[in-house]
This record gives sequence, structure tokens and C-alpha cells, in this order.
Amino acid sequence: MTDALFTYVLRLADDSLILSQRLSAWCYNGPFLEEDIALTNIALDYLGRANSLYEYASSIDKKLRTPDDLAFKRNANEFYNCLLVEQPNGHFGDTIARQFMIDAFYVTLFSFLKNSSDENISAIAEKSIKETIYHLRHSSKWVVRLGDGTKESHHKISHSFNNLWKYTGELFINDSVNEDLKKKEVCVCLKDVENKWISIISEVLTEANIKINDKSKMSYGGRLGNHSQDFKQLLDEMQYLQRTYPDAKW
Amino acid sequence: MNDNLILWEVFIQSKSGLPHKHVGSLHASDEEMALQNARDLYTRRNEGSCIWVVKSSEIVSSNPDDNSSFFDPANDKIYRHPTFYEVPKGAKHI
Repeated sequence: MTDALFTYVLRLADDSLILSQRLSAWCYNGPFLEEDIALTNIALDYLGRANSLYEYASSIDKKLRTPDDLAFKRNANEFYNCLLVEQPNGHFGDTIARQFMIDAFYVTLFSFLKNSSDENISAIAEKSIKETIYHLRHSSKWVVRLGDGTKESHHKISHSFNNLWKYTGELFINDSVNEDLKKKEVCVCLKDVENKWISIISEVLTEANIKINDKSKMSYGGRLGNHSQDFKQLLDEMQYLQRTYPDAKW
Repeated sequence: MNDNLILWEVFIQSKSGLPHKHVGSLHASDEEMALQNARDLYTRRNEGSCIWVVKSSEIVSSNPDDNSSFFDPANDKIYRHPTFYEVPKGAKHI
């Protein structure tokens, strides 16, 4: 149980940290000042959530690692974030498509996890869902603006969604970690999450006039520690300081 | 992209019942984006309980060139200030 719980919490934490790291690269690169601040604000929300989750993971870690150890001293194959969050920022539409699909996932997941039998998970879900609902509002409005905007913006964001679609299957895989925790009502069946997620996605994509016609096979691996080359670069940059000057403090 | 953005004025109400106060302006392409940007720019530190956004172009302003005719006539009418009355004893909050 503890092993499954630890892995499960790390999956949630890693999703948050890696997405936060990706989003923070928009700082001073946003399309305009206000949106720059909006994106980095979201990055900070995800960082705060990652911190809460790493604190919890640290408290049940058999190896007694601190939250910072978990974030900055694990290797790529020990990270369990989904592949979707590690996809490069690309252009603004790519970032928005990625963000929208993740926001919709977490709004749905947290609405279930609020009732988790695990007190820590339910408290984090309860706190996070408020900001996540806001994130979803931000990203879904952008999806509609771009999808239903000019010819060029429509073309670009349709392409973004079709490029990223193959990474969405992984979000809903029930494996031994989930099955184990589901029996104890710590987590939920991801098929239930998927059904709700699909309805959010299709409603917004219909309004935005975006069609998913990508037929690629779904890509899996992130949840088991298999990541892309891009991810290793992200980690190198994120962990550089702790790797070069171990235990450096402010 | 900036061609599609328009300027909005932002008013924040700090508590229910208090007036909305002008806090600044921002760029956005539509109402929803203006509200969201106002939320992110002006209420990050618990400043607000309600946000108004108004297109800057919708605001009707007096013209500084008219200042002499608008405001100067009030200069010599000091009797309009309530300083000629004695405040009754025991009156509070004046």
C-alpha cells in the first residue's frame, strides 16, 4: 500500500513540477505583458501544488528523502509525470492546447479526489481544485479564441491538438498502482475521469471548431519513468544547481 | 498580436459595500480576457472581492483645455465648504 501510495503521490507531484517548469519558461517570453503574467501565475500555482505533494511524498518515503531531494536529485527514469506535461512549449497555441487538456484532466480528477479516503490527498485536491477551475477557464477561452479566430490561428491550434493527442491516452491508464489504491478508495477509476474529461474537451473543441483526426498510436511510458530526450534536457536545466553545488542553500 | 488588443480600465472593490476604485489599466482582446487579466494583475494579494473592467474608449473625460471654465469658478466660493458651521457638541464622526 505504502509503495503504491508513494508512487501515486509522486505521479501527481511530478506532473505539477514538470508542467510548472515548462510554463515558467514563458516568463518574459509571453505574447504580451498581461498574458506573460497569466502564464507565470499558473506556473506558480503548479509549483505550490508540487510542493505540497512532495512534502506528503517525503513523509511516506522509505528512503527518507526531503521534498527538495525528490525534486532535484532523482534521475529521469525515476520521474513519473505523464508525457503530456513534458512536451515542449512550442508556440503559444501548443502551450495552450497542452494546458487545456491538463487543466481539464485535473479539474475532473480533483473533483473525485476531494472524496479520497486519504486525508492528505483529499485536502490537496480540495485546495487545488479552485485554482484549477480558474486555469481551465483561462485555457479554454484561449482555445476558443484561437480555434475560432483567424485562419492562421485556427490552423495552428488544430495542429497543436492533433500533435499532442497521442499523449492523452496515458492519463487514463489504470495500472497496479491505481488498482491497489482504488480498492482502498484513495483514488478513482481513471475510466470515470476519462468520461468526464472527454465531455469537457469535446464541448470546448466543438465551440472552437477544432477537429481531432490524428490516428497515431497512443504513446505511453511517463508514468513508468520512460521519458523523451526533451525531458532529460528539461531536467538537466532544472536540477543544474543542486547537481553542481549539492545542498546549496539560499 | 498587439493590433487586436484594446485598453481597459480596472476598478476593484476591496470589500462588499465599499466603492470600486480605479487601480490601473491593461490590454485584452475581449471582456473575458480583460476580467481574467485584471484578476491576475490586480488581485493577486487578496485586494479584491469584485472587479469591474471598462473599455477605456467608453470613458467620457473632461478636457484639460476646459479646466478654467469647469473648475476655476469654484475657486472663490469658499462658502461651499462646510467650515462656517459650528459643530454641535457631542457630534461624532465629522
